[in-house]
Amino acid sequence: MSTELKININEEKEKAQKLIEKQGRRIHVCASTGCVANGALELIEEFKKLGADAQALTNEVKMSVIPTGCIGFCEQGCLVVIPDKKLTYVHVKKEDVKEIYDSLLNDTVVERLLYVDPALNKKIVNNEEMNFYAKQTRTAMKNCGIINPESLDEALSVGAYSALSKVLEINDPEYVIKEIEESGLRGRGGGGFATGKKWRSVYQHRGGKSYVICNGDEGDPGAFMDRSVMEDDPHKLLEGMAIAAFAVGADEAYIYVRAEYPLAIKRLRKAIADAEARGFLGNNIMGSNFNLKINIREGAGAFVCGESSALIASIEGERGMPRPKNIHMAECGLFKRPTLLNNVETFANVPLIILNGAKWFASMGTDTSKGTKTFALTGEVNNTGLIEVPMNTTLRQIVFDLGGGIRNGKKFKAVQIGGPSGGCLTQEHLDMPMDYDQLTKVGAMVGSGGLVVMNEDTCIVEVARFFMNFTKNESCGKCVPCREGTKNMLAILEKIVRGEGEMEDLDRLEELAQVVKQGSLCGLGKSAPNPVLSTLKYFRDEYIAHIKDKKCPAGVCTALKKYRIKEELCKGCTKCARNCPVGAISGNVKEAHKIDTSKCIKCGACKENCPFKAIVVE
Amino acid sequence: MTELKTSVDFKKIDEILKEYNYNKTNLITILQKVQAIYRYLPEEAISYIGENIEGLSPATVYGVVTFYAQFSLEPKGKYEIKVCDGTACHVRGSMPVLEAVRKKLSLQNGKMTTPNGLFSLETVSCLGACSLAPAVVINEKVYPKMTPDAVLIIIDTLLKENE
Repeated sequence: MSTELKININEEKEKAQKLIEKQGRRIHVCASTGCVANGALELIEEFKKLGADAQALTNEVKMSVIPTGCIGFCEQGCLVVIPDKKLTYVHVKKEDVKEIYDSLLNDTVVERLLYVDPALNKKIVNNEEMNFYAKQTRTAMKNCGIINPESLDEALSVGAYSALSKVLEINDPEYVIKEIEESGLRGRGGGGFATGKKWRSVYQHRGGKSYVICNGDEGDPGAFMDRSVMEDDPHKLLEGMAIAAFAVGADEAYIYVRAEYPLAIKRLRKAIADAEARGFLGNNIMGSNFNLKINIREGAGAFVCGESSALIASIEGERGMPRPKNIHMAECGLFKRPTLLNNVETFANVPLIILNGAKWFASMGTDTSKGTKTFALTGEVNNTGLIEVPMNTTLRQIVFDLGGGIRNGKKFKAVQIGGPSGGCLTQEHLDMPMDYDQLTKVGAMVGSGGLVVMNEDTCIVEVARFFMNFTKNESCGKCVPCREGTKNMLAILEKIVRGEGEMEDLDRLEELAQVVKQGSLCGLGKSAPNPVLSTLKYFRDEYIAHIKDKKCPAGVCTALKKYRIKEELCKGCTKCARNCPVGAISGNVKEAHKIDTSKCIKCGACKENCPFKAIVVE
Repeated sequence: MTELKTSVDFKKIDEILKEYNYNKTNLITILQKVQAIYRYLPEEAISYIGENIEGLSPATVYGVVTFYAQFSLEPKGKYEIKVCDGTACHVRGSMPVLEAVRKKLSLQNGKMTTPNGLFSLETVSCLGACSLAPAVVINEKVYPKMTPDAVLIIIDTLLKENE
């Protein structure tokens, strides 16, 4: 069955590596969304002006600045990495470029730009000593931040399209599907369905026209790993999709990218064009008779389009409303043809499974959740950013080792995982591994992998209200339980946050939650009550504090705030009274002032302007 | 706000329809291209597209337009201010930033575009820039770690540029 290919991938790889050797010492500057916002493009220009330009190297200067994808350590941007010296410089500004450049010529280190480990209070000279990197196992994001994502040669030099070449040479779909099945890979988009099983069912309906779709509609607020793969290593995604298309017998594919990711769209377009021009995509790929046309579809801002059947409706040009699932997509999907739909991260895992073997992948993780998972670590944690860890890593390791603990020395309260479909994890879950089944058991889910860390100053009820507001807005309106249920759940939560809640409201919330869960057609509705249910389970006392004591323990909910002037600190300067827009503050000059709480609108103007910090919120 | 609306050049729309083969499965892309020209979707354009693509009607096109948050029936401002209200941004204080912008531009009663057409304001659910929370995007430029004061300085700068 095996075929001889016209393109020898090893030769291509060697050629690419030689090209890269010519660049001399590489200076990596992260040019992803985060660092660009902090001015990374100016840094790159500055390095080029000094002569570190791959296009214009001289004998005196043997170094090149390379714009790379996201290294994941976004909190510390702009980041400059010198790979051969294992050096990372953080918070780099335009003014620092010359110093870094000179230090490379003189073989010294710019101490003041090194990362300081907040736990050890120590400057880190070697990347391998950095917890944030050292404790990760990168597979899907292996090349992110290492290569220039806009260059096919850079991708080839680290092995891009080698797995596709292997698959086309062996020329046996059964082999590919078996490898994926044995690897234990499960869908990384949220559901956690066995990838191999999905591939096999589409393969069974092969023969006519079939499609492969990549779901890049990463809509969960707080998750951005798919953006990173698409922006930082687009060829890996394309290669994974091509392997999938070969396995299931498809010759056309779509990548559905949300409109909020313009840079990802731009880089994917370029990657597809480059790969087609060199014979890695398009017709007769590498001379194997296998064809694949990959199209890009831009989303238009609808969260529900991340749901597979809604996504298909959207590609077909319609309102993105989910369809009933009694007919399987493997049989009747896009344009009524057999369709394989996977998430970006799922596809990104495929090339390495093919190259390193199913056993290698299955050796990581837990019994039922194999391999690694990327998480977007955000919120009140010291090191925010993207991380990839084996699926048996515990929450404690993620938050405290990689994340460096809670910022400003505050107390850990909870982690919201899986966005608006997920739930929250608390102190008691810190030592639980982050695997699919364990998380489902405690009422949360891996979801897309967004981890929002919350401290004692975060109001859990307000967060539940926030997610309910999100799902209410994003409900497509097709089925009544979701459309009306989310609206009513939100109304109750708003009532509680305003301080007008009653204890019966908690029962009503739980009852409604069950109706929405059971009566909705798609995953959006079915999982919409999760944040409410899990916060009610673990933080019921906080709900009760809002209802019975009319207090927000975290001091967040405006309606429940009470401003008070501390008499012993007030000097009677009258500044607060003059700033109060509703005349709620009274008192004589040089005497302690008072706030009339019945008039107070809680705008906070008095507190902001008080020179003696005499005004407190209770 | 009607004075901000522009008249529609059907020739331009014809070009777009032709580029996408008058194919109804390309409707969303077609609408995106038209909105890129006018910064909103004029009613005439919606009707015209519905009448000229086989299998569609103005009503179905209108249905698609109103479904997706990206499409607007009202003209957007020269500067489109998007305040991210994703989870990470929300937890780190995106609401005070939004409130500051709304106050500064005197946007009230659900109106989201200033009368002079210079600014429009909206919230978006997540820009994937969570490490920069709270983030604000103005015409595709991302402003990291915003505070009410910082965002006002940015708006003042833009106002000065347009004096």
